[in-house]
Amino acid sequence: MRITQGTFSYLPELTDDEIRLQVRYALNHGWPLSVEFTDDPHPRNHYWDMWGLPMFDLKDAAGVLYEVNECRHAYPNHYIRVNAYDASLGRQTTALSFIVNRPAEEPGFRLDRHETTDRRLRYTTHPYAIERPKGDRYRA
Amino acid sequence: MRRRGAFGMAQPDRDPEWSTEDGQEEALPADATVDLAAERKAAGIDEVLASVDRELVGLAAVKTRIREIAALLLVDRLRERFGVSSSRPNLHMCFTGNPGTGKTTVAMRMGELLHRVGYLEQGHLVSVTRDDLVGQYVGHTAPKTKEVLKRAMGGVLFIDEAYYLYRAENERDYGQEAIEILLQVMENQRDDLVVILAGYTDRMDGFFTSNPGMSSRIAHHIDFPDYHLDELVKIAHLMLRQERYQLSCDAEETFRAHLQHRMHQPRFANARSVRNAMERARLRHASRLLDETNLCDREDLTRLEPADFGGNLTGAQE
Repeated sequence: MRITQGTFSYLPELTDDEIRLQVRYALNHGWPLSVEFTDDPHPRNHYWDMWGLPMFDLKDAAGVLYEVNECRHAYPNHYIRVNAYDASLGRQTTALSFIVNRPAEEPGFRLDRHETTDRRLRYTTHPYAIERPKGDRYRA
Repeated sequence: MRRRGAFGMAQPDRDPEWSTEDGQEEALPADATVDLAAERKAAGIDEVLASVDRELVGLAAVKTRIREIAALLLVDRLRERFGVSSSRPNLHMCFTGNPGTGKTTVAMRMGELLHRVGYLEQGHLVSVTRDDLVGQYVGHTAPKTKEVLKRAMGGVLFIDEAYYLYRAENERDYGQEAIEILLQVMENQRDDLVVILAGYTDRMDGFFTSNPGMSSRIAHHIDFPDYHLDELVKIAHLMLRQERYQLSCDAEETFRAHLQHRMHQPRFANARSVRNAMERARLRHASRLLDETNLCDREDLTRLEPADFGGNLTGAQE
């Protein structure tokens, strides 16, 4: 099951040139970018691992693309996303975030129903991927 | 096309940036002709070249080289239009010359020029020295150097006094690591940035002797000669015009004599010395006005007199 998180996730995979254009858009707005990766695709997993520090003072998209490619090289079967942070007063939040790499196989999620008092149901989304230990998921 | 190149991996596809600008043009048929003059105009190279000519005094060899590079890039772009592609030229450069001969100024222009002809995407200049590239402890150098390289991508990385990167006397110096990363990037990310090394001629020679890989990866070794007296005076005039001052006839004579004397002293730094002399003249000019007169007109406020170049100027070391 294809994970749809962040901007553009319903579109076909972005090519490197498209990523470059998006990064350029962010840089033109003065948003610093960062690269993050994870192998836990749960939608509520907000804190992905940082690939290096956020990149401040960049002028050109090539630097971000270089880091994305480095990250892909190190974690070819992880989810990798690019975040752009808008630090302007009043916004101070992630302005743009999109996935640039995903595992070849995405096993998807299972819905767990947990019955509590008075026949009430609580639901849990359980990614099949996390059944294996961290770092061992999505083996090619 | 996915570019998955890491530092060590080759990147077969060329950056299609140029062609996408005007919507991926079809290759022109073989018998078509293109208007060179119009192309030149569209690229806006002439303005940059003209401003280089206007604002940089002397440096004939440097200007010729800049012209050649601009012509090459323009022709490459036209060839592209006909579907005749060639590999991207290697534009890493090395500027050697004495202090104050205009290395940094030219580097800045180079960024702008390469941006105009579409070789670089941004054309900004990131100026660094050893401190910015080399770390203080094991494992500190690589991230630091890469950080700087990323900032320079799309523009020009200008490494001033590059020979400090390599310290022959200390084999455990981290400078070597920075040089290795630099070499890798110069080779593999050639599309993204232009590296310009600068330094004094003799010490750069020593640097290249101990790092032959660096020398061979740099296509353009450009030497900046010292300025002649006339050129220095011309530079002074340019600087004064920018600051809205002028020299009286007598003052020019005095200044000429001062330069003549200064040129043969140690630590003479060409244009930089001229600038310093001008700064001191402005100081003296201001205090002279306050001391001498109660009334002054616009003429007095903008004209430098011989007295402003007198005093202990000849003894000054800068």
